[in-house]
Amino acid sequence: MFELLRQPWPWYVAGPLIGLTVPALLLIGNKALGISSSLRHVCAACVPAGIPFLNYNWRAESWNLFFVLGIVLGGFIGYQVLGHPEVVAISAETVRDLKAQLHLTDFSGLLPKELFALENLGNWKGWVFLVLGGFMVGFGTRYAGGCTSGHAISGLSNLQWVSLVAVVAFFVGGLLMTWVLYPLMF
Amino acid sequence: MKNLKYLVLGVLFGIILTKSEVVSWWRIQEMFRFQSFHMYGVIGSAIVVGLLSIQLIKRNHLKTINGETIRIADKKYSHGVWIGGTIFGLGWALTGACPGPMFAQLGSGVAGAAVLILAALAGTWTYSALRERLPM
Repeated sequence: MFELLRQPWPWYVAGPLIGLTVPALLLIGNKALGISSSLRHVCAACVPAGIPFLNYNWRAESWNLFFVLGIVLGGFIGYQVLGHPEVVAISAETVRDLKAQLHLTDFSGLLPKELFALENLGNWKGWVFLVLGGFMVGFGTRYAGGCTSGHAISGLSNLQWVSLVAVVAFFVGGLLMTWVLYPLMF
Repeated sequence: MKNLKYLVLGVLFGIILTKSEVVSWWRIQEMFRFQSFHMYGVIGSAIVVGLLSIQLIKRNHLKTINGETIRIADKKYSHGVWIGGTIFGLGWALTGACPGPMFAQLGSGVAGAAVLILAALAGTWTYSALRERLPM
């Protein structure tokens, strides 16, 4: 059993478990799954700076911060305790394309070190991938009113057409970056 | 400690995200290049299970463990849904991480995730400050 837990989990195990998080949160406390809101709560708690959008009772939403803290711990348990393969087993086509287009050579770890290592903050790659990328995730999710969890999973599960618009937009942005902007950058 | 249950559920959620590798930049690239079914399978089956669960809850008028009526707020439309959504999509393909995975990456020991989270906080703060001047 433990050996089975150590292996990467297939989609048909992980997906349904992620889906069950939606009713679990509703049943234990009437909460809707959503993670990007936690970023707003941290801003409201730490740097409200008189901004109306950050002036609300974030303490009433503190469950969200505990959930996110749990995700950090879960990341530690899932990767360091349960173990992980050296290389994520992505398809041969993706490896081939990333070698050819992005000139990546080291495929170990969860993310390419050639783009995300902290030393990269000394060149354009670190600033684009870590700083600009992270900034767009934080800006875009709040502007859109949710991320993959709040819109794609929670919103679509509740048949919200607004969430369908959001998910299409997520893909428009992602495809634009992957197919148009990546080739321009490298 | 009323928040302990959310911490525990968060731990489980983080383990699932990590073990299914959806927190990996490689998997997100594979998804946007349509070269594997993995991510589509994870997100698609999560939605199906979430949808069936919500239907069960609604049809049976299930209550929370504290006996409250379950209410799910509707998502409201604004132009931000597609403008912000596209901006997030651009960032998702760059970082290979949506907000949940950033936190799981931090726990897994990826140092860069701390920078991603700080940058995401800066993005959320900037949006909050500019909110009144953005198209809605």
